[in-house]
Amino acid sequence: MHITFPADPDDHRIAKLAAVALGLTLLEATLPSPLPGVKPGLANIITLVVLTRFGWRSAAWVTLLRVIAGSLLLGTFLSPTFLLSISGAITSLAALGLAQCLPARLFGPVSLSIFAALAHFSGQLAVVYFWLIPQAGVAYLIPIFAAAALLFGTLNGLAAAMLLARLPDHHPHHAL
Amino acid sequence: MKFLSYFRPGDWLTLALGIALTLWLSTHLWSSATPQKAVIRMGGQLFAEAQLEQTQFIRVPGPLGESMVEIQAGRARVASDPSPRQLCVKQGWLAHVGDAALCLPNQLSVELTGATRRFDSLNY
Repeated sequence: MHITFPADPDDHRIAKLAAVALGLTLLEATLPSPLPGVKPGLANIITLVVLTRFGWRSAAWVTLLRVIAGSLLLGTFLSPTFLLSISGAITSLAALGLAQCLPARLFGPVSLSIFAALAHFSGQLAVVYFWLIPQAGVAYLIPIFAAAALLFGTLNGLAAAMLLARLPDHHPHHAL
Repeated sequence: MKFLSYFRPGDWLTLALGIALTLWLSTHLWSSATPQKAVIRMGGQLFAEAQLEQTQFIRVPGPLGESMVEIQAGRARVASDPSPRQLCVKQGWLAHVGDAALCLPNQLSVELTGATRRFDSLNY
């Protein structure tokens, strides 16, 4: 018996975009961080671009593939770090799904990015509090994480908006 | 300021809401609640609970001798203690919820508590 899984153009596109996001994740992993968990999250720029161009389903695929492949390359698969990444990814994807319903004329990538970043940090914090460190001391760090999420969310949103303005319009057979 | 053109009207609203949320979180989580009581324990047993209202001295007899806890409005300290290194005395005033001074040789502990306890228990 011969089983084939034919990859359609969508699959190829998702794979390419996930690879770009993966590159950003690896690049970012080399940057030192002042506080564990505070990092720019550059790969989310790709998520935002994919969301705007190809919809939520593709964005979810690209994000989850990036998190899983990234954790395999960095050696954190199934570790607490990975759990934090995936929980942040899931909550931010959920937030993006909701934020997408906002009128696009008024709310652009910057809004989407801020919502996603705040959801990301909330999801991670929930895992930290309810599973990893069930201790009230974590609360002291919440404002710092929120401020970092807001700052990097805004910057990533701006980067995504600039990227979207420069990319050629969507064509079904175009890579991007 | 070309990058400003990438903001859409609602994005400013989102950013403002985000800043408001962050500020609210920082004022809410970083303003430590005012302490209500000083809980004094001797040998792990509750010895006294003192309201942090008026100045008073509480004598606490321990295995090495007598310790003196001083209570004032909103703060408390171990004023004197027979422990050899005087660590709990040198710690000075306790003024935040959760602050604690321990005089291990004399088995004394002083802890400030607020309206709600932030910890289920502390193990020393």
